[in-house]
Amino acid sequence: MATDTLTNHSAHAPEHEHHDTGAIKVFGFWIYLMSDLIIFGSLFAAYAVLSPNTAGGPTPEEIFELPFVLVETFLLLFSSFTYGMAVLAMNDDRTEQVRNWLVITFLLGAGFVGMEIYEFHNLVVEGFGPDRSAFLSSFFTLVGTHGTHVTFGLIWILVMIFQVSTKGLTDVTRPRIMCLSLFWHFLDIVWICVFTIVYLMGVL
Amino acid sequence: MFGKLSLEAIPYHEPIIMVTAAVIGIVGAAVVGLLTYYRKWGYLWSEWITSIDHKKLGIMYFLVALVMLVRGFADAIMMRSQQAIAAGGSEGYLPPEHYDQIFSAHGVIMIFFVAMPMVIGLMNLVVPLQIGARDVAFPFMNNLSFWLFAAGVVLVNVSLVVGEFAKTGWLAYAPLSETAYSPGVGVDYWIWALQISGIGTTLTGINFFVTILKMRTKGMKLFRMPIFTWTALCTNVLIIASFPILTATIALLTLDRYLGMHFFTNDLGGNQMMYVNMIWAWGHPEVYILILPAFGVFSEVIATFSKKRLFGYNTMVWATVAITILSFMVWLHHFFTMGAGANVNAFFGIATMIIAIPTGVKIFNWLFTMYRGRVQFTSPVLWTLGFIITFTLGGMTGVMLAVPGANFVLHNSLFVIAHFHNVIIGGVVFGMMAGYAYWFPKAFGFKLDEKWGKRSFWCWLIGFYMAFMPLYVLSFYGAMRRMQSYENASWQPLMIVAWVGAVIILLGILCTVIQLIVSIRDREKNADVTGDPWDARTLEWAVSSPPPYYNFAHLPEVNSIDQFWEMKKQEGFAAQAPTQYHDVHMPKNTAAGPIMGIISIVFGFALIWHIWWLAALSAAGMFVTFLMRIFNDDIDYHVPAAEVERIEREHHKRLEMQA
Repeated sequence: MATDTLTNHSAHAPEHEHHDTGAIKVFGFWIYLMSDLIIFGSLFAAYAVLSPNTAGGPTPEEIFELPFVLVETFLLLFSSFTYGMAVLAMNDDRTEQVRNWLVITFLLGAGFVGMEIYEFHNLVVEGFGPDRSAFLSSFFTLVGTHGTHVTFGLIWILVMIFQVSTKGLTDVTRPRIMCLSLFWHFLDIVWICVFTIVYLMGVL
Repeated sequence: MFGKLSLEAIPYHEPIIMVTAAVIGIVGAAVVGLLTYYRKWGYLWSEWITSIDHKKLGIMYFLVALVMLVRGFADAIMMRSQQAIAAGGSEGYLPPEHYDQIFSAHGVIMIFFVAMPMVIGLMNLVVPLQIGARDVAFPFMNNLSFWLFAAGVVLVNVSLVVGEFAKTGWLAYAPLSETAYSPGVGVDYWIWALQISGIGTTLTGINFFVTILKMRTKGMKLFRMPIFTWTALCTNVLIIASFPILTATIALLTLDRYLGMHFFTNDLGGNQMMYVNMIWAWGHPEVYILILPAFGVFSEVIATFSKKRLFGYNTMVWATVAITILSFMVWLHHFFTMGAGANVNAFFGIATMIIAIPTGVKIFNWLFTMYRGRVQFTSPVLWTLGFIITFTLGGMTGVMLAVPGANFVLHNSLFVIAHFHNVIIGGVVFGMMAGYAYWFPKAFGFKLDEKWGKRSFWCWLIGFYMAFMPLYVLSFYGAMRRMQSYENASWQPLMIVAWVGAVIILLGILCTVIQLIVSIRDREKNADVTGDPWDARTLEWAVSSPPPYYNFAHLPEVNSIDQFWEMKKQEGFAAQAPTQYHDVHMPKNTAAGPIMGIISIVFGFALIWHIWWLAALSAAGMFVTFLMRIFNDDIDYHVPAAEVERIEREHHKRLEMQA
């Protein structure tokens, strides 16, 4: 990066301006993810405090079905893998492949969200909605916040599929695919914590 | 169709509110009329509302803060008047349900809509200039942050006329803030005003953190950054780490109130102590978010006007970092009486007292900077001196409160009120007023009137001591906070003294208003031609006042702390004018920020009044606006070198005429 100075008159290298460049966007997105992580941290803390408070309602082991959640988990984990493939394809400048991997990632993510909605729907129908007990409030909120994030990720994937198709891989779309990649893997990591702390520790 | 909203929501029977609303309406209509008459709407839209220029955003933050200071102070003097009257069986003039709204609104407004925007406004104005950058890392996001903040301001003010505000105190402790005990819309106004503006604050924190870490000019290592930038960096770390906790806490309360969940309710397993823990896990770092930049201002002011390098730069930085870390380890001292146990209380009591050590380091650094300096007693220096004395006192009462045993006696008494006003007025307000006087010429190109500035300072200083020292005394006689009335008539004389103090502070605020008017009138006489009116030390003074929108025609190179001071000492500095200019790459203004801000007002209002269709519509509107921004690639442009040259030559011509 070349910069000249107030006191240095003879320098005539072009000024390198650096707001909104790709690297800064990705760094900024990392910082956003850290702040989002603190939201999840707060929700995990609330769950840890409130999960024993079942108030006569169901306990974790009564309502969690591990095989079901395991399938859900693998859908999301596998979608992280396919997103990784999309980024590799981007690094090789294969626009078509990027789009295809994004479509596959979207389908896997949509499957995950669909299964979560199904799980929530069943619980509510059985009378175990979030207003039943503090445990269920914190469970629905923690898992639902993650699910909402995944849903926003899905919308973002759609936007990127559209932008990659229309604009190709440019200085604008590349950092966005990188940020979305961070976001998607981040949700994966959060889900692993959800799976362990909420589901596994709840049942075992 | 309109949810819970009906015409009955407007409090016709409350003359105080109706008169206030009428005054706001008349002033608002006058402003709109003048803007229309002078055809300034286009100018306002293209130069200010859609601006991504960090300097203009900084000015707008500060302007809103000053307006809200008047609103918050109106609440304050109403409370003081009530307590001066309502002794020994008298009910005063404010019924409890109104009085409770006033003390809640006062706290919320002063912290979120006065102190925060002042801090963020100064950061906006100064930080990019101090680090030799042309803008912040994410200029559009900066504009959006401001408009989300402004949306919160609007919602708080709407609550005055439509419906009610929270009666729960500024932190809306559960279960009082739950639907069972606060069925009205007051808490909902609190929720959405803070949630929307809080998201704006988080975005600001991320933005400035990245700006400071990634956009410093060549040679500006971390340990060459001006102290104000250092404190801004630490404040942004605190914002990034603590505001999400506030977002989460408010969201959980929202779920309790809107979806019948049981996070903090009395029944079905809710835990109220979790609310208090969570809100203070944000709330304690928040007070350091406010005070650290004030420390930064004092450091700049005292070095500049003592004509000396700041004493102990490194210790100042490490003290700031230490306070940043410690601020996360003390939240429990806000509720020692909750019953966490002796060992837990002891830990948090000691951790709290430890904060006094880095703070003491700072105090001594400022004192030693003045020692053998040529201190010029300008109004920023007066604010600084007033701060050093007042804040030290407030710090000592803070250490007293940090003793759990003493705290059991003092909890919820006027001692707490006196203590935190002691540090917030003596620290944050004095700091922001010092920064206002110090950087005003940089923002506008002329200095503020010194005479009225000093009058304002003396009114604030004397008014503060008269208003709050009596509260310390009263607390020892058992006076609690948030009293609408009290039986013990012997407290009344001191309450009246406190009222007189508030009136003197009012005079201080009036002096500030007069100062602004007088300064605008005399702007030619007080013009700052050089861009360096105080003979200062840091880079923001190296450019003209006001700076060109691209800040620096050539990005400066930094070799030391106080780079500008070193540059000035070089031979023939003033005569040097660059011979060559280059195109400057700049971001374009954008309407997306203000539009999303306006829609978020509608969104918040719809949720407060349970108008679900409107909430869904406005959420969709925000989403579409954001998408349109995403699909807009035409977001930047190049300022041609000739244009840069024209602007710079003009400044140099003025400099030569001055010489």
